[in-house]
Amino acid sequence: MSGFLEIRGLSARLAGTGQRLLRSVDISLPAGSVRGLVGESGAGKSMIGKAVLGVLPKAVEVIEGEILLDGQDLQKVSPAERRRLIGAKAALIPQDPLTALNPSRRIGPQITDRLVDILGWTKARAATRALEVLAEVSIPEPERIMRLYPHELSGGMRQRILIASAFAAEPKLIVADEPTTALDVTVQKQILKLISELQARHGTALLFVTHDLGVVSKVCDTLSVLYAGKVVEDTTVERFFAAPQHGYSSALLAATPRHTDPSSSLKPVPREVLDAVAAEVAASDAAWRPSGGARG
Amino acid sequence: MLDGRGSIRRRSGARLWLSAAWLTVFVLAALLAPLISPHDPLAQDLMLGRLPPAWIAGAEPGYWLGTDSLGRDVLSRIIHGARIALVVALIAGTATCLLGSVLGLVAGFYRGWADRLISRLVDIWMAFPPVLFAILLIAVLGTGLTSVILAIVIIDWTRFCRVVRAETLNQSKMDYVHSAKVAGFTRLRTLATEILPNVLPTIIALLTLEMGIAVIVEAILSFVNLSISTDQPTWGGMIAEGRTSIHQAWWVLVFPLIALFLTVLSFAQFGDGLRERFDPVLR
Repeated sequence: MSGFLEIRGLSARLAGTGQRLLRSVDISLPAGSVRGLVGESGAGKSMIGKAVLGVLPKAVEVIEGEILLDGQDLQKVSPAERRRLIGAKAALIPQDPLTALNPSRRIGPQITDRLVDILGWTKARAATRALEVLAEVSIPEPERIMRLYPHELSGGMRQRILIASAFAAEPKLIVADEPTTALDVTVQKQILKLISELQARHGTALLFVTHDLGVVSKVCDTLSVLYAGKVVEDTTVERFFAAPQHGYSSALLAATPRHTDPSSSLKPVPREVLDAVAAEVAASDAAWRPSGGARG
Repeated sequence: MLDGRGSIRRRSGARLWLSAAWLTVFVLAALLAPLISPHDPLAQDLMLGRLPPAWIAGAEPGYWLGTDSLGRDVLSRIIHGARIALVVALIAGTATCLLGSVLGLVAGFYRGWADRLISRLVDIWMAFPPVLFAILLIAVLGTGLTSVILAIVIIDWTRFCRVVRAETLNQSKMDYVHSAKVAGFTRLRTLATEILPNVLPTIIALLTLEMGIAVIVEAILSFVNLSISTDQPTWGGMIAEGRTSIHQAWWVLVFPLIALFLTVLSFAQFGDGLRERFDPVLR
């Protein structure tokens, strides 16, 4: 079955060097489902999200592979066309609500601008829609909030606004880049619940980047475990939490802190497991030959 | 769920009001110079040479700040000198700001070859000693008000360029700039709505600072007699003339110096005060 988002054999590297950052990544995300991308810092989870949204840093170049959004290969269209496609079909829930809203502009236009200028809605329709989504994320007095500046609101409120903004144009795909990392634990729970509810109600496909397996168990249907830019396990959430297949996955799961047993100490991923997965990555690198279209 | 931050009043700040008050006096003096100055600033009267200010014995009524060695009224000359200072502050300050800020925004936002070119140019520019550079420029361009303004713009644009570029680089890394890119806004549009409004408080603070600096540079050029013709009173020119008679008539030097000092100080304080008051983010 082909998904709304299909990533096939995506490899990327640090421009001008041989340093590979993504290693033949395959990810399939059917419409309306939620996939978690988990891994340590630097494993490449955010990078995949950025590649999908066309905002990879200039220092990263895609060597090969396809990113199909609703059947169209984003690598093969012109930059302007890619921007249009992504703008119309996808949206981002960013990581840090404190830096994700422009501090010098009011909330209202930050939600409606995109609807009016990119999607060609009338101002009245965009304003109505903004009020609608703000109400949907349980923001009290949305009319008043739309006239405020971001610094007048708390972090949790700002994250709600960002979620509302992401859903405003009814995108088919949302990339959530660690949307709860910058929030405190009590707010995290509410925000996760909110994202889940909205996703289910709108039937949006969600790519959920996180390092928190607890979050994955609550929100996701499937997940990809990444190590050094390589997908080491691609499975469903039920199967993963019942019996992870890959040694690295089970070690990662065992390393999750459990607050049900405060006496247990934190378990790091064992040395042997890291060595094994590193050797696996090295072996696949040795077998890998850049296919056609590779540069350099 | 509003938190308390929204309702905190900013300190209004005495320095904003004091500097605004002096700048108002300065601008009014410049605009109304022919109406309010008690004497013709160029009228010489050797019988009235080196009269002390009004509160010192031997003063002549009507000459509040005394006269210089040629008998010209110091107060009237300061008031007329404000005109040149104001023109230089406004035109040179604004032109410098525009040139430097545009180049800084382009370098910081578009990066690539434009950034490399502009940044190297700034490095080279800053290696010249500014005052010598100014004197050299005037020597090439010839004296006159236009040359002075041109010289200030050519020397000082780097000040804006460096700071605005750095601010723009910072802003470009913000998540809302990323989001604008994802949403499909053009680069120019992103620059105009996401970046410029956040760099603007810095630009305004720098602009007022630059206006003060422009007044100083003009005074320095007048001091070395490279500004505008000597029959137009300027503060720098007065200071230069006062220097020769400092032992007999200190007031010829001191009063224009005070006017210059207060004006430059006020410009800088005014800019900082404005930023503190109107920046939506307390940085």
